[in-house]
Amino acid sequence: MKSEYDILVIGGGPGGALAAWTAAKAGLSACIIEKRPAIGAPVRCAEGIGKELLKEFMEPDPRWISADIQRARIVAPDGTSIALDEGRAGTEVGYVLDRKFFDRELVWKASEAGADVFVKTRAVAPIIEEGRVCGATVEFCGKRCDIRAKVTIAADGVESKFARWCGIDTTLPLREMMSCAQYLVTGIDIDPHSNDFYLGEEVAPQGYLWVFAKGERSANIGVGIPASKSKPGMRAKDYLDRFMKERYPDGRIIECVFGGDPVSRPLSCTVADGLMIVGDAARVVDPITGGGIGNAMITGRMAAEVAAKAIATGDTSKAALMPYDEGWRSSKMGRTLERNYRVKEYFITLSDEKMNTLARSIEGINFSEITVMALLKEIIKRNPKLLLELKHLKDSLG
Amino acid sequence: MLTIHREICGYCGACVSVCPEGALELVDAYLTVDTGACIGCGLCTKACPLGALEVTDEE
Repeated sequence: MKSEYDILVIGGGPGGALAAWTAAKAGLSACIIEKRPAIGAPVRCAEGIGKELLKEFMEPDPRWISADIQRARIVAPDGTSIALDEGRAGTEVGYVLDRKFFDRELVWKASEAGADVFVKTRAVAPIIEEGRVCGATVEFCGKRCDIRAKVTIAADGVESKFARWCGIDTTLPLREMMSCAQYLVTGIDIDPHSNDFYLGEEVAPQGYLWVFAKGERSANIGVGIPASKSKPGMRAKDYLDRFMKERYPDGRIIECVFGGDPVSRPLSCTVADGLMIVGDAARVVDPITGGGIGNAMITGRMAAEVAAKAIATGDTSKAALMPYDEGWRSSKMGRTLERNYRVKEYFITLSDEKMNTLARSIEGINFSEITVMALLKEIIKRNPKLLLELKHLKDSLG
Repeated sequence: MLTIHREICGYCGACVSVCPEGALELVDAYLTVDTGACIGCGLCTKACPLGALEVTDEE
């Protein structure tokens, strides 16, 4: 471990790995610290990612792909099912990853490009001098030392403590923190190429329950509900256990995964003097699906690109790092996040009856593309009686 | 005060970012609470997917 780097990355998930990988490829000295003793474990994720998004970063490799997803099914409270099929739509759906291997692969790429990696190494405080972030005090097996950096990238996930220590409020309101529980279940009859989403007050109020194929007879089965809806006997784990008992009483649970998923708007600013924030820590998670892997990679890469330019000019002030914040916000990702946030805010107001009505209106339709946008456009088109109510939703689509 | 039921805790960190005081921290597989900073508001008890956190009266 050196005492000084161009870029110090806090957190070894996909966002941090892409930041360090990009920085190292640009010829900068970069260092990733990860507080866990292993990269990729324990998993805190349902592991789904869009095919196109993934391919923007690397070629899919069977070593870290658990399932090739060709269909998505949305199941309304009354059982009405909307199927989105790759074959019929002519577009791609996604993969379910094996994050233990995927995250390692990304960090290995960063390391191979020249980045240093330190596991079981935790940031305990930022180094702040004259109002600017100059690195972090880190701890490894009880020993503390300072790592200085021209730019520090906070990629510390949903907890997002580092930015908070630097004075940026990353606190999530309960209603925008999804409280999640998931089992990796094996020995069950599932469609090995489908990701299924179950909606409704019974299965997951204001959230959803997912069955993401993980192999021929295995799946990630999980529930996410807003923390504001969670109470004794009605926590994410309770909903999950009820579903398991009803649907898959003989399924064998070989892994328990718990976690929080931020579904708020992104942070109002993701840069400060000497500091950039990426991925879940920046709250760039899709508010509808809760998916964050791809956006973490996008923001990690973009942060390092902007940091490299700033370092080259010798100015890593907030103003010099601002093109990162402006860049992702005005990108397709940024625009989709804003749109989906508004759509989510509409959908959580729907009663089960209303969801059933909307689902029935688009049941059996052949969708030409598998996107939230395509679904919504069809819903609006097919429900002229709900025009007034859906106007707000329509306006959200921009 | 906040009681962490360690036999239930899944050390996922879902509680950490809803804490308005920044009193919770997950150190690998061990959740810590800064008792000086914790105000006993109980928000974290709702974020926990398992029910491992409880606000109790005892000091």
